Amino acid sequence: MENAIEIKGLQTHYGDREILKNITVSIPQGRTTVILGGSGCGKSTLLKHLIGLLRPTKGQIIIKGKDISGLQEDELNEVRKKMGVLFQGAALLNSLTLGENVALPIREHTRLNDSTIGIMVRMKLDQVGLSGFESFCPSQLSGGMKKRAGLARALALDPELLFFDEPSAGLDPVTAAGLDELILKLRNVFRMTIVVVTHELASVFTIADYVIMLDRGEVAFNGTLEELKASDNEKVRMFLERRPEKETYSPDDYFRVIAGD
Amino acid sequence: MSSIVEGFFGAVGRMALPLRRDVHDAAKIINSAFYWSFISPLKGRPIRFRASISEMVKAGYNSVPIVATISLFVGIILALQAAYQLKRVGALIYVANLVGVSLTRELGPIMTAIIVSGRSGSAFAAEIGSMKAAEEIDALTTMGINPVRYLVVPKLVALMVMVPALTVLADLIGIFGGFLLATTAVGLHPYSYFQQTVNALLIKDVFTGLLKAWAFGIVITLVGAYQGFKVEGGAEEVGRRTTASVVTSIFLVIIVDLFFTSLFYFFT
Ligand SMILES: Nc1ncnc2c1ncn2[C@@H]1O[C@H](COP(=O)(O)OP(=O)(O)O)[C@@H](O)[C@H]1O
Ligand SMILES: [Mg+2]
Repeated sequence: MENAIEIKGLQTHYGDREILKNITVSIPQGRTTVILGGSGCGKSTLLKHLIGLLRPTKGQIIIKGKDISGLQEDELNEVRKKMGVLFQGAALLNSLTLGENVALPIREHTRLNDSTIGIMVRMKLDQVGLSGFESFCPSQLSGGMKKRAGLARALALDPELLFFDEPSAGLDPVTAAGLDELILKLRNVFRMTIVVVTHELASVFTIADYVIMLDRGEVAFNGTLEELKASDNEKVRMFLERRPEKETYSPDDYFRVIAGD
Repeated sequence: MSSIVEGFFGAVGRMALPLRRDVHDAAKIINSAFYWSFISPLKGRPIRFRASISEMVKAGYNSVPIVATISLFVGIILALQAAYQLKRVGALIYVANLVGVSLTRELGPIMTAIIVSGRSGSAFAAEIGSMKAAEEIDALTTMGINPVRYLVVPKLVALMVMVPALTVLADLIGIFGGFLLATTAVGLHPYSYFQQTVNALLIKDVFTGLLKAWAFGIVITLVGAYQGFKVEGGAEEVGRRTTASVVTSIFLVIIVDLFFTSLFYFFT
């Protein structure tokens, strides 16, 4: 199995706080990889490193043989042309219509004329089930439609790598299932490498081929979906069986907590 | 003793560290704003012309009514105050000099800058800040679109053109306000007031005023953009940053004004 992304010894900080601690994992080519984990464990932070928004303190992120952690901005932009990202809140530009939003990356990176761009935009919107909506503003859409529009924009330049941050967060189960179906279709039809950050178990079982589970900035598990189901790792079982985590303080920590220090 | 010294330097350090980061962040935005405005067009990546025009309309054209009204009143007030003093020495005609010179050299640019800070500087901070909070800035970056080029440069171009343009308007209307008052309430002859104004004004006065206005435009844009990009959290921080952008830009406008005015005083 060929790897699309290799992460080696990734370590990162916000200020003094260590968020990711020595992460080493690979993301397979042409498959859907799900990054799983509880809130605040560093999933979004990891994703932001993969798309070059944050730079690691230490370690390498190798995409197509290139370590992106040390690239200049314009070299990074070359890599980014092959990536599409759907952010948690869709991140459509509110001042533009849907059509203009989808056209944005095409205008920036190609010299196509307006009518060709118009055709591409309508194709992409059709692909996510939003044909006829190109003159709508983001504020006129429901959450699910916004995410679909954000996906259409992420697909605008036919990326090889597609990233999703919590695609089903804030959606009703039916809409979320629709989005999962779209993700499956993209992998099956276009053979894209897809990375999805989520904590929704239902969608993990639908879309995942490969799973990376994070816990407090460390990799608790990585393997295929079957391996995940069969795993007897304590952290994995707790997550899958939705058992609450017992807060375990060491006596020292407990003393510090109550002393308010 | 050593603990007092330690405490003192510790405190200074704790204050200086975030300050150093702020300076660093500000320098980065200033640097890339100038790069994308002046250097990259020479390398064949032009500024976004249509967006710049629309920013000019928002920041410039739409503030014409408020700038006009305020400068008319300030012109009248200036003439009244001047007349109050000059009446006593029987030199009422010099109201024209005072109104003309103080408006073009000082009050025109500074009034305009304060109005534009309140209207556009705050709008810039709010726009960029809410885009930051909604990850729209991140989205632009991942699409390979530089947010400074996309958002800040059109605003910078707009204010570099519109603050001087509004200043010309403020000068003219302010002088007209003074003229109105002087020829009616004070009873000066319209033609001699006009002549006196024309004689009093030097090209230099108008030009230095416009140069200041141009610099104020840059300050207001950069402060708005800086505060916007500093937003990390949600809506309440956008509000806080918006307020901060108005306060900071008015403060910096005054500082820049002081600098330019002393420069012109000693070197022209
Ligand atoms: N910009 C930031 N500055 C400081 N701390 C942050 C920032 N973003 C996230 N964090 C912290 O980093 C940790 C991981 O965040 P994140 O990657 O967003 O978690 P997840 O997406 O898994 O819920 C959290 O504890 C969060 O408080
Ligand atoms: Mg997250």
